[in-house]
Amino acid sequence: MTALPLILTVFVACAVEATEALTIVLASGLTREWRSTFQGMAVALVVLAVVVAAVGPALTLVPLSALRLVVGALLAIFGVQWLRKAILRATGYKSLHDEAGAYQREVAAAKAAAVTSRRGVGDWYAFTLSFKGVLLEGLEVVFIVITFGDNQRDLGAAVIGAAAAVLVVAAVGVAVRAPLAKVPENAMKFAVGIMLTSFGVFWGAEGTGVSWPGNDVALLLLVPVVAVVSLGYTILLRQRSAAGAPVARPEGEVVSP
Amino acid sequence: MKRLRAIGAFWYDFVVGDDWRVAAVVVVALAASALLLHAAGVNAWWLLPASVFAALGWSLRRATAKPGR
Repeated sequence: MTALPLILTVFVACAVEATEALTIVLASGLTREWRSTFQGMAVALVVLAVVVAAVGPALTLVPLSALRLVVGALLAIFGVQWLRKAILRATGYKSLHDEAGAYQREVAAAKAAAVTSRRGVGDWYAFTLSFKGVLLEGLEVVFIVITFGDNQRDLGAAVIGAAAAVLVVAAVGVAVRAPLAKVPENAMKFAVGIMLTSFGVFWGAEGTGVSWPGNDVALLLLVPVVAVVSLGYTILLRQRSAAGAPVARPEGEVVSP
Repeated sequence: MKRLRAIGAFWYDFVVGDDWRVAAVVVVALAASALLLHAAGVNAWWLLPASVFAALGWSLRRATAKPGR
C-alpha cells in the first residue's frame, strides 16, 4: 500500500480533533491571555510529540502479527465508536457537535475564573485550559498516528498527515479568529470511522493468522463495504426516525425526531 | 486512589467508549477466528467483518430503542 491513504486518513482524523482543540484555544486566548494560552498549547504539543517519539519506534520492535492483532482490535473498536457516534448524529438521535456552542460555554467559564500566576505562567487558568484541550484532543490523533504508522512501518508518513492537519486548521483559525463551525465535522468523523474500522478489521484478522482472499487487495474492497453497511444503517435509522418512532438520545436526552 | 480511578475511567472511555458490547464482540470474534484457524483449519476471514457489522447494528439499535425496552 502506498503512503497516500495513510497520510489522508491521519490528516482527516487529525483535522477533526484539531478543530475541537482550536475551539478551546481560541476561547482561552481571546478571553484570557494569549501568552499563557500558547504556553499551555506548546507544552501539550511537546508531551504529544514525546509520546509519539517514545512509543512509536518502540512498537516497531513488537512482531508484526502480534502488533496487528492488538492494534487491529483497538482500531476496530475505536472505528465502530466513531461510526456509531457519526450515524447517531447524522440521523438526529444525538446532537451534532456544535463548535459555536462549545466556544460560548468555554468563553463563559473562562470569563468567570480568577487570574492567578503560578510556575512562571501569567494566567494559570488559560494555561491549563489550553494544555488540557490540546492534550486530550491530541491523544486520539497520537493513537491513530502510532497505530497506522507502525502497522504500515511508515511512522513518518503518519506524522506528516497529522502535522499537515494541525498546520491547516491552525492557519485557518488564525485567519478567521473564530471557531470553525462550518467544518463538516460529522462527515469527516464518519469517513474516519470507516477507515479505522476497515483497517482494524483487516489487521486484526491478519493478526490471528487468517489470510484474506486477494491479500492486500481485500482492504480496497473492505473500505467500500464498511461504507455501504454504515450508510445502510444511516438510511434505516433515518426512515425509522421519519416514521415517527420515539427517539431516545444516548446520554439520556429524549427528543422527538 | 481517586486520581487512579479517574485515570482508569479516562482510558476505559478512550478505548471502550459508549458501548462495551462492541469491544466484547470484537475480542470474541478475534478469538474465534484464531481458534477456527488453528484448531479446525478454517480460514474464517469473514467472521470479524460480519461480527463488527452485527455489533454496530446491535449497538445502534440499543442506542435508539424506546426507553425501557
